[in-house]
Amino acid sequence: MTAPPAKLTPTPPIPKVGGWDNFQRKYAPYIFISPFFLLFFVFGLFPILFNAYLSVHEWQPGSGLGDMKFVGLRNFTDNLTDPTFWLSLKNTAILAVESGLPQHLIAIPLAFAINMGLKRAQSFITAIYFLPYITSVVAISVIFFTLFSWQYGVLNAALNSLHQIPILGVLFPADKINWLGERAFVQPSIAMVIVWRYVGWNMLLYLSGLQAIPGELYEAAAVDGATRSEQFRFITLPLLRPTIFLAVTLSLIGGFQLFEEPFILTNGGGGVGQAGLTTIMYMFRTYNAYSDAGLAAAMAWLLFIVIGLLTLVNNFAFGRSGTGNNEAAK
Amino acid sequence: MKIQRLFVAAALLSVSLAAAQKTTLTIGVFPDLDSVVKAALPGFNKLYPDIDVKINSLAYADHHNALTTALSTGKGANDVEAIDFGYVAKFAEGNGMTDLSKAPYNAGALASKFVGFTFPQATTQDGRIVAMPTDIGPGSMFYRTDLLAKAGVKPSQLNASWDSYITNGKKVVAANPGTFLIPDASEAAQIILRTGLKAGDGLYFDKSNKVLISPDNARFVKAFTVAKQIRDAKLDAKAGGAFSPEWTTAFQKGNLATEFSGAWLVGHMQNWLAKDFTGKWNAQNLPGNTFASWGGSFYGIPTQSANKDAAWKLVQYLTTNAAQQVLAFKTTGAFPALKAGQTDAVFNQGVVYLGNQKARLLWRTAAAKIQPLDVNKLDPIADQIVSDALGSVLDGSKDIPTALADAQRLVERRTR
Repeated sequence: MTAPPAKLTPTPPIPKVGGWDNFQRKYAPYIFISPFFLLFFVFGLFPILFNAYLSVHEWQPGSGLGDMKFVGLRNFTDNLTDPTFWLSLKNTAILAVESGLPQHLIAIPLAFAINMGLKRAQSFITAIYFLPYITSVVAISVIFFTLFSWQYGVLNAALNSLHQIPILGVLFPADKINWLGERAFVQPSIAMVIVWRYVGWNMLLYLSGLQAIPGELYEAAAVDGATRSEQFRFITLPLLRPTIFLAVTLSLIGGFQLFEEPFILTNGGGGVGQAGLTTIMYMFRTYNAYSDAGLAAAMAWLLFIVIGLLTLVNNFAFGRSGTGNNEAAK
Repeated sequence: MKIQRLFVAAALLSVSLAAAQKTTLTIGVFPDLDSVVKAALPGFNKLYPDIDVKINSLAYADHHNALTTALSTGKGANDVEAIDFGYVAKFAEGNGMTDLSKAPYNAGALASKFVGFTFPQATTQDGRIVAMPTDIGPGSMFYRTDLLAKAGVKPSQLNASWDSYITNGKKVVAANPGTFLIPDASEAAQIILRTGLKAGDGLYFDKSNKVLISPDNARFVKAFTVAKQIRDAKLDAKAGGAFSPEWTTAFQKGNLATEFSGAWLVGHMQNWLAKDFTGKWNAQNLPGNTFASWGGSFYGIPTQSANKDAAWKLVQYLTTNAAQQVLAFKTTGAFPALKAGQTDAVFNQGVVYLGNQKARLLWRTAAAKIQPLDVNKLDPIADQIVSDALGSVLDGSKDIPTALADAQRLVERRTR
């Protein structure tokens, strides 16, 4: 941007024409790029700055903008001393792990299998796995409500009929399980929906990562007598590391911003013992039901700090080599 | 030629003058209130031909979100806004809504014309009246006559007291395998919390903002105890709140013996919720001689409105005109908040869905007995915390004194 290539290879001076040509040359690029920046300023930068401003004020969304009262850092200390805030953070972390780990543990081998084993049906199978990701959450929730329902659910009906099987039946519960209404089951149930929904997305990421691995490496390994699982262990996994880093980072951010699934599956209430209350849900509740915009804004910043720290840790864990850039450059 | 031009000019002038005299008023509503307002307009325009009313109807949640935004930014609100009961407290804080207790409105003088509990709902702690009540949801106990008959239980045995509700409820469930007495045990607690309050007390706070939630408060202890007894006797369907999927399915399958709700539930039951059970549901008063209300709607005037005079005329017409209140009841079943709206002959007619029971008379009497509750701006927070505490008691993870003490602490740290 600072050194246009024109300076390196001198060109004959441009004959001076009218101001319009000059104007075009100078400003047209800025005008062409302005739509993005205008939209970004209005819908990206402004909300962030306004949120920062809000976080040090006391304000109820129902009263005018003139009613804001400066309160300093009180909103932050209030959040940090609020047991429910910490509970929501704990829930979010548990849900992020419960839903995040299985996603990747399923997606990587799945992508490997699809990449290796399927040739013609590959895109079709990939599309099917990707389908949940583009389906509306509300539609998904309706389906899972009928699956999870305590009295009328498909899941309980299935478990119940499995329980009728002699001998093996002991392994399955005799009573109906209240999946979304019992403390112990709320989080796993929500996590299950998230895993189901995002496995396809992660698989797609890994698939593109796998396709970037040159086929000669596998051929060479095969010539050396490596089995499929050895190929996976010694070629696929190390070379997939940058993709894993990306996918895990995205899951981490997504997991900590979890809102839709737990909100709908607990009817917005957070479920028994607030086990399904995530931080974003609590933030929404603080703004929407408690009418405390400043407190909610401060909560958003605290969550931002948490996500930022975790991304740093993730970066550290996968090492700089994880991104594949530094060592390659050296 | 010239004369002709002059004539045209004069004609144009007179048209524009007439237009200038006509005030255009906007009113923001949500379904079904939009049908009520639509039905009201012919009558309103007969009285005020110079006021044009434009209805802006949005879905329930969208309407209230749009209103929040309009009040926050000071722009874009309608001249009259419908506000559901659940949102009144929220809009009462701040200065977005016109204080109707002041001149020229003097709404306070109208309070005696309305069912007693309605005005305190829209009155702030500092005495401002932010909205006028238009319809109410007097609560009653709905019950399945066939299920009760099979168990040989009379409705009067169910609602004599909370104890007899539980004892006889067990008989009903035992006689009808697969059914539940009530969708959720917490409903009983919510009703008990709303009864037996001292004058001037709110649900969770007293007049001086002191938190009433405590292991020593008999009202809270009783509410939690009764709910816990219902849960422990396995009488409830653990369906959570009304309109949850579990709640809906239980209704549609006909697996519920009783439900506590507002009179408006009949409309839902006959239209979609329990269509197949026409004539099998009936209504009685809530157990233990208690009275409570479920929801209700209000009309308010945002301070940013430029047509407050005309807006007030419309609000008055919608809320204080008896004929209009009766019309609203006939249009959508919105139960009049205006006492004079409850004397029409239609109240003596039987309700077809309820097997022609004259339930409206029951609701009218019940409405008059509902206790007024003083609202506090922290009510939504306390509400959430108390229902969480109740959830912990119901699933056995906390005992009642601990849960109440924890809830008390959580609410107290919010007061300052």
